[in-house]
Amino acid sequence: MSRHTLSVLVENKPGVLTRVAGLFARRAFNIHSLAVGPTEHEEISRITVVVDVEDHPLEQVTKQLNKLVHVIKIVELDTEASVQRELLLVKVKADAATRSGVLEVVQLFRAKVVDVVPDTVVIEATGTDSKLDALLTALEPYGVREIVKSGTLAVGRGSRSITDRALERVRSA
Amino acid sequence: MGQPNPTPAQVAARTTPRAVGQQVGEQVTGAQSIVRSLEEVGVDTVFGIPGGAILPTYDPLMDSARLRHILVRHEQGGGHAASGYAHATGRVGVTMATSGPGATNLVTPIADANMDSVPLVAITGQVAAPAIGTDAFQEADIVGITMPITKHSYLVTDPDDIPRTIAEAFHIASTGRPGPVLVDIAKSAMQAQTTFRWPQELALPGYHPVTKPHAKQIREAAKLLATARRPVLYVGGGVIRSGAADVLRRLVDVSGAAVTTTLMARGAVPDSHPQHLGMPGMHGTVPAVAALQKADLIVALGARFDDRVTGKLSSFAPHAAIVHADIDPAEIGKNRAVDVPIVGDLREVIGELIPALEAEHAKVGKPDIEAWWHQIDTWRETYPLGFTSTDDGHLAPQHVISRLGEIAGPDAIYVAGVGQHQMWAAQFIRYERPNTWINSGGLGTMGYSVPAAMGAKVGAPDRDVWAIDGDGCFQMTNQELATCAINDIPIKVALVNNSSLGMVRQWQTLFYNERYSNTDLHTGHGTVRIPDFVKLAEAYGCVGIRVEHENEVDEAIKRANEIDDRPVVVDFTVSRDAMVWPMVAAGVSNDDIQYARGISPAWERED
Repeated sequence: MSRHTLSVLVENKPGVLTRVAGLFARRAFNIHSLAVGPTEHEEISRITVVVDVEDHPLEQVTKQLNKLVHVIKIVELDTEASVQRELLLVKVKADAATRSGVLEVVQLFRAKVVDVVPDTVVIEATGTDSKLDALLTALEPYGVREIVKSGTLAVGRGSRSITDRALERVRSA
Repeated sequence: MGQPNPTPAQVAARTTPRAVGQQVGEQVTGAQSIVRSLEEVGVDTVFGIPGGAILPTYDPLMDSARLRHILVRHEQGGGHAASGYAHATGRVGVTMATSGPGATNLVTPIADANMDSVPLVAITGQVAAPAIGTDAFQEADIVGITMPITKHSYLVTDPDDIPRTIAEAFHIASTGRPGPVLVDIAKSAMQAQTTFRWPQELALPGYHPVTKPHAKQIREAAKLLATARRPVLYVGGGVIRSGAADVLRRLVDVSGAAVTTTLMARGAVPDSHPQHLGMPGMHGTVPAVAALQKADLIVALGARFDDRVTGKLSSFAPHAAIVHADIDPAEIGKNRAVDVPIVGDLREVIGELIPALEAEHAKVGKPDIEAWWHQIDTWRETYPLGFTSTDDGHLAPQHVISRLGEIAGPDAIYVAGVGQHQMWAAQFIRYERPNTWINSGGLGTMGYSVPAAMGAKVGAPDRDVWAIDGDGCFQMTNQELATCAINDIPIKVALVNNSSLGMVRQWQTLFYNERYSNTDLHTGHGTVRIPDFVKLAEAYGCVGIRVEHENEVDEAIKRANEIDDRPVVVDFTVSRDAMVWPMVAAGVSNDDIQYARGISPAWERED
């Protein structure tokens, strides 16, 4: 098994996320994370899917995704040639006795405290999967109350934009 | 029907987006817009049933001079009829139903069309837009329910979207790899006022089927085919869908290769062609199965390496290089790794492969495949398709089907249900033309035959259309005999009545120690005959004929062929012990094919 990050450009139409997610389930592909949002073009949305598959099933999932009428373009983003980030919100126990220790961890990971009450703090952090895992490990001794994590977002390094040509298609159709 | 079917590419060319002209829009209701759109897209027949949410559309439908609506008795029948119509004509079949249960009854025919790549458009009524999501009366999320089994689907709540949506639905259904498209339209959109404009501009930025093959891949394929010593063309239903049977015939002749036609491709190559080995797969001929197993090159044309063809995948055709041509890139390499992938419309692929192959022949000469043909001929002599007579004095079903094929001839259209009778009809009728064999291959839908035959007869009224059905299948959808009788659709039904769910019974015989759990239907010889199919036929306004003895078979078929003013049901009561052979048991290697029970070919001696 290996992990792959796919950027899927889709028409901004109702139901498109259901079609994409349903296809993964139906063809027995396992989604590790999924994030969806608008792009710089209002006609196009971008879905970032991280899947754990062998190379051959990856080709099959890409081909099946391409058959969806609302899917415009699929690009696999290599981890080396792209920036990949997740957002983490974590609620940690932190009273007067432990707060300074928690804040030290926050500083070390260049994270932020976004909410404070007498017995807990909420910490916001962005980074790669492994950085966020390390942060959580460091926080664990203090008592993690709640974790919320976004799916991975990814963009290719360099000046090229994968949406440009897709937009031409949408506009000329 | 004399015209070859249009290829997906031709259809695509015809429906290429055209600019919206200066035509003035007509002020109409959404319902009228639906009817006008169907007329403009070229529909002549709709199989359907009205109900609450689709009711507004049935009002203007009544006034349409261009649309013939055939009132079916069950939505499933309407869906299969549309599919049979599409099979027989190559055009998009259309079915219409109301919301909720009307729409859910279409799930089976939609899934069936999806598996067999049948161009189908299903129009369903949906509850009024403000009521969607409230669990309103007869509300079902049919777009959600059918998402995994449609090529695409639409939910229309704005009446202005109706013409474009219908134009897109027909374009998607009929181009690329054909398939079913669902258009679910809210009742409120049918009732609202809107502007109807035609033609419509299609807005499908993510839909670009590739029809023209890559020249380099064609050359690679030609090179392999020009040098292979044991080549086999593995022809699938894609050849029929693309209307490529005529060019395929030339490729067969030029290549000299052996040919097999899958269950979905029967008729793509004439059975009388000397290079044709018949059907491969679980109930294929020994020569077809063996040739694929021993081949050094398989050229798959519009076939998908289905488990029913390959048997145990890891031992399928172990020595063969694979050329795989299909219009759907996702089929290529899905089950079997491929050496030369070719994405394109089969008609264009084969059309370009022929000159490329001739050029290779000019360069390197024709390959020496004499030894291969010698081996194949040995298989053909040793293991011809056949059957043994029955022990119980009842008719042999294979005899009935063989005689039907002989007497009704290659110009008739044969439409099977699913099970033993389907396999015998695929084996023992000799097909000479494409689109003369219609069946439910991928989904294996029992009950397909009668409604699909009805649709085929509507699409090809000048041909004799024979439904070949089993007593189990027939009881699932025979209500459409009423539709046939009332609407002057004189199909003929050859009921291969073995008084049981025959294929399941065969598996119980072979794999469950002859414990016949729930497969006895009590419809045959010496039983209570519930129902009595002759009486049932008569009750539906059809002619019913019972045949119990061999000397009555020919006469009954001839009599049925002469009746043209109403449907005919011939109840052939046959032996229940007849089995379908050859057989590759499920999950077993094709090398272990059994020619008859307990008899396996001895490959070593021939190798």
